[in-house]
Amino acid sequence: MTAASTSRGSLRRRGIFGPNLADRAFRLGTFLFASAVLALICLLAYQLVHASRPALRQFGWSFISKSAWDPVHGSFGVLFAIYGTALTSLLALALAVPIGLGAAIFLAELAPRRLRELLSFLIELLAAVPSIVYGLWGVFVLVPVLRPVEVWLGAHLGFLPFFQGAPYGIGVLAASLILSIMVLPYITAVSREVIQAVPVTQREAAYSLGATRWETIRGPVLRAARSGIIGAIILALGRAVGETMAVTMVIGNRAEIPTSFFSPAYTLASLVANEFAEATGELHIAALIGAALVLLVLTIFINAIARLLIWRVTGGHRRVR
Amino acid sequence: MTAVRHHHSSVRRARRRLANTLMWVLATLSALAALVPLGFVLYYIAAQGLPALNLDFFTHVPRPVGEPGGGMANAIVGTIILIALASLVGLPIGLLGGIYLAEFGANRFAGIIRFAADVLSGVPSIVIGIFVYALVVVPMHRFSALAGGVALGIMMIPTVMRTSEELIRLVPASLREAALSLGATHPRTVFKVVLLAARAGVVTGVLLAIARIAGETAPLLFTAFGSNLWSARLDQPIASLPVQIFTYAIAPYDNWHAQAWAGALVLVAMILILSAAARYATRGRLRTVL
Repeated sequence: MTAASTSRGSLRRRGIFGPNLADRAFRLGTFLFASAVLALICLLAYQLVHASRPALRQFGWSFISKSAWDPVHGSFGVLFAIYGTALTSLLALALAVPIGLGAAIFLAELAPRRLRELLSFLIELLAAVPSIVYGLWGVFVLVPVLRPVEVWLGAHLGFLPFFQGAPYGIGVLAASLILSIMVLPYITAVSREVIQAVPVTQREAAYSLGATRWETIRGPVLRAARSGIIGAIILALGRAVGETMAVTMVIGNRAEIPTSFFSPAYTLASLVANEFAEATGELHIAALIGAALVLLVLTIFINAIARLLIWRVTGGHRRVR
Repeated sequence: MTAVRHHHSSVRRARRRLANTLMWVLATLSALAALVPLGFVLYYIAAQGLPALNLDFFTHVPRPVGEPGGGMANAIVGTIILIALASLVGLPIGLLGGIYLAEFGANRFAGIIRFAADVLSGVPSIVIGIFVYALVVVPMHRFSALAGGVALGIMMIPTVMRTSEELIRLVPASLREAALSLGATHPRTVFKVVLLAARAGVVTGVLLAIARIAGETAPLLFTAFGSNLWSARLDQPIASLPVQIFTYAIAPYDNWHAQAWAGALVLVAMILILSAAARYATRGRLRTVL
């Protein structure tokens, strides 16, 4: 910030000799490239709205409030996919948040410096493994292991809703487990950053009053970092909602509202990934692009909230992905 | 009275100490639990991928169903071609956009651009795929390497832009002032002095962006599509490692599954090397490296 304003100041001083053509061309040129991002976002929104218009016009609001997927008779409503997206993402967060937050506290407050660097690196590796590889692992390793686990869960927790039905292995539970592994690094990395951003004086004040380490973390540290941590969790939600390949491979692809954690389902992303290549008929394609549009709106909304919360803690300009 | 109070406070102290130890243990266990999946995934990729890996894998194209052997040579080359195309699209916008944000980024419009870049980085990859399908594939009437490159290039932009901005900002003001005071124009100062000082960080941003897109599958499904043949033509469908892994993984043939694991091993190795190189280039100067 200071660098930029200084250079602008010095440019203005050079202005005695008249505006410099090279400088102005430089500013305009880089401005155009920067604007390309904005143009892309607008074009993206326009293209999706335009291409999904046949479906949106025919079904109106019932496109998102009704659960129907019948390419043969041309009846489309993506409620089941919205529901599947929400269910898998929230279940994934329920699994990943406690572990991710615990790991962040360990990295930020407890681990010795050396260990912290090593563990941070390994958790970043977890984020670098591509979705397709998690999908491959999910199909051939996780799903076979999950089948007996689901049988056991059904036998012992079968009186609860969502724990009934045939244990296929593939389905909501498998997708949620894979998702929880995939979003965990985001929760840990961003939470660690906001926890570390809490001023040392806060901790010292608590220690000087005789607080234990945990009391210091639970009290001043986590309270100051709270909205940033919530931001990290919402950011992870955004990732989970948009995650495509791994989910497509293990969720079982069934266009119904899932009544059990064990049953196959669809998410918005997996619906598009699975059917778009084979879609026939204008309305089917428009409906799939409509599903992509719903997904886009959902993720933009989620991400905007997350960024606002994280910015409030770390004070803008910090790189958070 | 005092004895009772004393007793109470010692119980309380013990309880507080216990809570402290308990949380210590739980946090440590969480950190370990976070690493378990990484261990499992890497172990299975190595254990399943290595036996299926041989010279043919790197030198042959896929064989038809039922014929044993064959490899993913075309997909490996295809992935490299797609990364090159993506860089052509993503690097100019990302780098020059990042320079704009760092040099002229104090106004409201720059804030909007930053927000747009954040929004773009949050757009699901499958949505980018559909967007480029409508933008490039439909007008061209065919799937093509070009479309795949555009899709991946768009995904590179936010990473490159934000890392270049951040790293250019870190260059000391005295450097640019020295250049300006010698009479260098602003662009000359930026390209010859500032970028040179920030080059390690900028390289890191680019490598990270490439590592991020190298394994992307969803944006390629409906753009580059896939192919079982050698192809370097930009207006034709092209194979890529991720899509090939996907195709083989969901097919019902055991030898294809083995090849999918081998493909995953090669892909992960590629990405880990890129990420390690990116880390090495800056060595801890960049805050969040995800």
